[in-house]
Amino acid sequence: MAVVSNFKNMVICLFTTCFICAVLLAGVYALTKAPIDRTNEKLLKESIGAVLPQGGELSEAKTLSVGGQPSEYYESTENGEVKAYAVKSTVVGFGGPLVLMVGITDDGKVYNTSVLSHSETPGLGAKCNTDEHFMAQWKGLDPASKILKVKKDQGDIDAITASTITSRAYTLAVQNAVDAVKGLMK
Amino acid sequence: MTRKQLITKGFIKDNPTFVLILGMCPTLATTTSAINGLSMGLATLFVLVLSNMAISAIAPVVPDKVHIPVYIVVIATFVTLLQLLMQAFTPGIYATLGLFIPLIVVNCIVLGRAEAFANKNGIIDSACDGLGVGLGFTLSLTVLGIVREILGSGSVFGWKFITGDGMLAFVMAPGAFLCLGYLMVLFNKIASKNKGA
Repeated sequence: MAVVSNFKNMVICLFTTCFICAVLLAGVYALTKAPIDRTNEKLLKESIGAVLPQGGELSEAKTLSVGGQPSEYYESTENGEVKAYAVKSTVVGFGGPLVLMVGITDDGKVYNTSVLSHSETPGLGAKCNTDEHFMAQWKGLDPASKILKVKKDQGDIDAITASTITSRAYTLAVQNAVDAVKGLMK
Repeated sequence: MTRKQLITKGFIKDNPTFVLILGMCPTLATTTSAINGLSMGLATLFVLVLSNMAISAIAPVVPDKVHIPVYIVVIATFVTLLQLLMQAFTPGIYATLGLFIPLIVVNCIVLGRAEAFANKNGIIDSACDGLGVGLGFTLSLTVLGIVREILGSGSVFGWKFITGDGMLAFVMAPGAFLCLGYLMVLFNKIASKNKGA
């Protein structure tokens, strides 16, 4: 190495490296911010669209407490009357946070659910996003007539094969959303 | 070593995963399917080539006592850059690999090549070295991903050829170790044969 390791050289070298790196990252951050925001917003819009009945007018994001944590929800209104709610519900799954969008109509029934983000095991828990039987049981589910627990816990929900923890988390997320909306409708 | 040798040595002779046994954490964790393995390999390849080039360019003016912090800052910059780009343009892959992208910073392959090769060699040679090691890593991860996906989910690159589930254990950690072990045997067999010839 040609450069002597004295205090001055080390400070200059570290400072210059960090400065150039910071400038570079700031530039890339500014460039990618718009596409990242667009992607996230598109995902959110798609998931809200999937869990609510069509035709309603969507409100801005509002906050409420879901399962003890502040979370967002959206109201779908028709002729000034709130017809349905889309609630973002976050729980801890098997591999990390499991974030769901739960659509609930004004009669208290679950219209549909969709997964916003998850870190479940691919091929196992990740099926909460693709398993048709598991996903279908949430459509039009009436929380008043069913016990929102997996069958292993004496409930009415069929768990995904070999993914009880994910299924439990998913069920809890729906339950939290249902409870939160119940509080809203009072 | 010629430049061509630099690029091809990573495939079998100095394969980072199966022969040198480096970077085991992303190898075991991300190869649940072929496409995940391939994406992780390519992400590491991108960082390796760029960081090797940058480090070989700045090495002569970096004082010896601070070379590790400087290299880590350079590597971390490229990783963050990649993370932002992936988040913006390939959100699907970013969602599956998410956690493992920032971990490329501490992947010993990247810092290892910087220490062992890039700071002593020219920019172009270092780029070839990064490309070679990166391609070797990508190859290993893809092969491991393909094997685990076939056994665990009965599909290749998402194309399913059986109905129902595969042997679920292969998607999880035990299957990763098993597949890795057998592939290591196979690669070392080939590598030792090549040496004898």
